[in-house]
Amino acid sequence: MKLLGLFAVFFKIGLFTFGGGYAMLPLIQQEALSRGWLDAESLYRFIGVCESTPGPIAVNMATFVGSTRAGLAGAACATLGVVLPAMIVMLLIAAVLKGFRQNPWVRASMSGIRPVVAGMILAVGLWTATRCLLPGLEDGGVPLSPDVRQIAIAAALGGATLLWRKVLKRDFSPILLILFSAACGVAVYGL
Amino acid sequence: MKRWRQLAELFRVFFKIGLFTFGGGYAMISLIGHEVGERRGWIDGDELAEVFAIAESTPGPIAINAATYVGYRRSGVAGGVWATLGVVMPSFVIIYAISLFFERFMALSAVANAFRGIQVAVAFLILRAGLRMAGKLPRRWFEMGLCAAAAGAVLGINAFGWRFSTVWLILGGGAAGLLHRRARQLGKGAGQ
Repeated sequence: MKLLGLFAVFFKIGLFTFGGGYAMLPLIQQEALSRGWLDAESLYRFIGVCESTPGPIAVNMATFVGSTRAGLAGAACATLGVVLPAMIVMLLIAAVLKGFRQNPWVRASMSGIRPVVAGMILAVGLWTATRCLLPGLEDGGVPLSPDVRQIAIAAALGGATLLWRKVLKRDFSPILLILFSAACGVAVYGL
Repeated sequence: MKRWRQLAELFRVFFKIGLFTFGGGYAMISLIGHEVGERRGWIDGDELAEVFAIAESTPGPIAINAATYVGYRRSGVAGGVWATLGVVMPSFVIIYAISLFFERFMALSAVANAFRGIQVAVAFLILRAGLRMAGKLPRRWFEMGLCAAAAGAVLGINAFGWRFSTVWLILGGGAAGLLHRRARQLGKGAGQ
């Protein structure tokens, strides 16, 4: 039952994720948190791990959640679930629906889905940032207690990204950003 | 024999792609282009660009979509399955191994501190991904309105415990896109 549940939930997540791994975050956040599979803390920790290990974020998340819930079999079921919709749809398109992308109805529905996905990701980003910088807000906690150390880390990250862009004319790669923030965390909280 | 070799090669190439891409599907695009396009000539540049465009408008991780398509074009359904297995396998093995030690690992105070820092980076990365995606949208009332409405709904779910599945937002977005097209058609018809 547990395995079937994992497969079903991740199949649903895989089916409704359009446009890359970040698009799945709102869905996985809702599904995993509301079922009590993970708490918010470990979810965000684990997104950090997924960012610094190879492979698609969606597959990493599925494997991790599946494994913590039900071991190796759970990891396999969740991963299979998240992968199958993509594979089936793509096989159909490659085999029979060659004009898929030119189809005006497909283009029309994508013109509505794209902004929705962007808005969902923005909201998850804002919410995550609020959780770190102003903890207490999520419980409706007044007065707010700004977390000075997290804000210091955020400022350091922002500064480093700007500097990187100005000096090297490049974006901080996600893995560099993760490593840098980990070092900041050790320095700010450990010393 | 030849067919088995072809499938094994698909598995191997996509295993390598899965192993060496960090930070999600978008990072994978250039490596896939290099491995299956320039180096092996399995698919030409135009078709590859088309594949990534299709991957954007089909469900699922982009890397999976691309692997399935390239594998299918090379050796049919079995090719699609083997290429997909190849691209998934490195993540699966690595993450499974990490998940076994994650709790004990987190008990180390240095690691816990590092993750408090990483949390900030994660928020930053999600925001950046959202901003990039929003930045590519046409600046029109329709797109901006949908984007704001979806953001508001997700904030409502998180902050006020609104109870509905985000799947409805995706379906609603698709329906809004269809209605919008229909409305424009009708508008044009009336204008003529």
